[in-house]
Amino acid sequence: MKYWNYKRLMLLATIAMLPPGMAMADSIKGEEVAVLTDAPNVPPQITRKHATKVIVNLETKEVKKRLADGVDYTFWTFGGSVPGKFIRIREGDQVEFHLHNHPSSKLPHNIDLHAVTGQGGGAEGSFTAPGHSSTFNFKALNPGLYVYHCATAPVGMHIANGMYGLILVEPKEGLPKVDREFYVFQSEFYTKGKYGAPGLQPFSMTKAVEENADYVVFNGSVGSLVGDNAMKAKTGETVRMFVGNGGPNLVSSFHVIGEIFDKVYVEGGKLINNNVQTTLVPAGGSAIVEFKLDTTGTFILVDHSIFRAFNKGAIGMLKVEGKEDHEVYSGKTKDGIYLPEGGVIQEIGAEAPKQIPAKTLEQKLAGGKRIYESSCFACHQSDGKGLPGAFPPLAKSDFLNNKDKSISAVIHGLEGPIKVNGKEFNSIMPAQILSDEDAANVLTYVYSMWGNSKKVVTPEDVKAVRAAGKK
Amino acid sequence: MGGLIRCLLLAAVLCTEPTWAAQDILVPAGEFKMPAKLNQKNLKVASFYIDSHPVTNAEFLEFVRQNPEWRKSKVKKLFADKSYLNYWVSDLKFGDKVMAASPVVRVSWFAAREYCAWKGQRLPSTNEWEYVALRPINNETEIKTLILEWYGRGAEWPLSNVNKSSPNNLGVHDMHGLIWEWVEDFNTSLVTGESRADGGLDKDLFCGAGASGAADPADYAAFMRFAFRSSLQAKYTVQNLGFRCAKNR
Repeated sequence: MKYWNYKRLMLLATIAMLPPGMAMADSIKGEEVAVLTDAPNVPPQITRKHATKVIVNLETKEVKKRLADGVDYTFWTFGGSVPGKFIRIREGDQVEFHLHNHPSSKLPHNIDLHAVTGQGGGAEGSFTAPGHSSTFNFKALNPGLYVYHCATAPVGMHIANGMYGLILVEPKEGLPKVDREFYVFQSEFYTKGKYGAPGLQPFSMTKAVEENADYVVFNGSVGSLVGDNAMKAKTGETVRMFVGNGGPNLVSSFHVIGEIFDKVYVEGGKLINNNVQTTLVPAGGSAIVEFKLDTTGTFILVDHSIFRAFNKGAIGMLKVEGKEDHEVYSGKTKDGIYLPEGGVIQEIGAEAPKQIPAKTLEQKLAGGKRIYESSCFACHQSDGKGLPGAFPPLAKSDFLNNKDKSISAVIHGLEGPIKVNGKEFNSIMPAQILSDEDAANVLTYVYSMWGNSKKVVTPEDVKAVRAAGKK
Repeated sequence: MGGLIRCLLLAAVLCTEPTWAAQDILVPAGEFKMPAKLNQKNLKVASFYIDSHPVTNAEFLEFVRQNPEWRKSKVKKLFADKSYLNYWVSDLKFGDKVMAASPVVRVSWFAAREYCAWKGQRLPSTNEWEYVALRPINNETEIKTLILEWYGRGAEWPLSNVNKSSPNNLGVHDMHGLIWEWVEDFNTSLVTGESRADGGLDKDLFCGAGASGAADPADYAAFMRFAFRSSLQAKYTVQNLGFRCAKNR
């Protein structure tokens, strides 16, 4: 009892000594309803200088939506899409949280916000049967960027089906002003069929337990941040990305191709690291990255565990328009032939390993198939369908109607916007180092497959295009 | 008047269509391991009767006809939330004919209990329900697959008729893949009250996190049922929650 009195006296004394402004800092003034946004949008920066009472209304809903082109999935969501709504509050705020479970839900849901200090991060207070609502309150004690997710049994399945999102607790002093903010959230999906298998795909518990993901995506589906959906900004601007990872299993090696993060708020906390190429975003964790856009380009967001990017969907785009800065990056200025042994410039084909020229069509196709499977399939996929928004299809592709253009793409490479089967692509295909014979064979193979025109490309055709040079 | 005629017609259908009327299925006594529980000991279940299918709208209509206090305009707020039978167009009409043979949902635990008592029956216990639910299905569909596919389909409305899927090897239909069902002791499965801090929960069934130690780690479907039950209160009604009755032998 005596001890308690002593402590209490000390506390009173401390409060008395604080300057009046500080004593007021934590007191709640006013009330507001939180603005919630769907990815990639972020609610406006908080400008008020005091804590307030914030009312958050979030609805859990089970919805059928697109996971990839031709592939649907029954997502369990916070707010109707994956990832869930972005919530933005300020350190010291008193939050009144309402979780509404839509009447059509098959299952009860709840929410565990990593920003909450207390039993289950709110899970216990928000456990809600279909067609009901729960309310709980919490105080935002720690600033930072936090993941929230459903924690209803079986937890793994609720997360695997899309129940996660981000809540930002801005520090009292606020975040530095930037020109644009984006919400990027990585997660993976486990489906009964493999990547790209069409139709409504059910969840595969077996694959989830084995951590064998079919899809690794940004913002809930393949292609949600590419093409027309790409994030857009201008040169000279500084962008901030709030990056979350819902898992359920995989840790992300978050990287933006062609950019260096000027600033990373490591794991979404207070520690700032500078000049970072790739930052880890743990499952159930986050990072804030910031960078200034010095020149134009399409900057590709990937999980640098790279097969996830090019084979499972973890690709996004930031399109930067404005003034090119050739000092920062020149683009290709010269295209020459490199011969380590010296000597005169000559056709690379002449230096290629000796091979017996294919005679029959069958031999040509066999040779072409080998090359396709080593050089082409990673992007254009083994079924020739490519990846929507990233790599154009070769299957029934109208691009192939022009034989010379096709040959040129293989031997000279291709970059910039093109239209294939009515869809826009704006990407880069590197020039393939192939002999005339090999290039002819792989093209003949491609023409023979997937409903294409069965044209035969000869080494002479390739030679002619090579001689004509890149156009 | 039209309603009365329709009702008589339904009664005729009930009598002439043997697969339609609920039958008391005798469940033999036995032992089983509760799915999704850390507690590995065998649970004994005495022999009892269980309905061959969940209670239908037509059956429940007869109950509210004879027990006016359970009509949706009369029911006490204490015994059912405001969504009680909310898809019925009026007290004694569920509207669409198609729904006569589909399971009644949007009923509270109190209402379900009263219905069974009115029939001279009772609600099955969790143990009884789970014991029957483990029985293999005649066409050899794996139960787990059936359930996971049900979750994957999202909301279904209107609900399909009872008895449309293959029965299990006792002749009981629709234990999985149609609706959730009330059990007598629904609120004992996870916690008393709603706290995940409850000691019993930590030891026995920690929100699926302890799956590695559960009776069958793959039995996520059972975790779902426990989670669902523990989200309920006795007066709650839910769009895909109905019930069936049981009886002592």
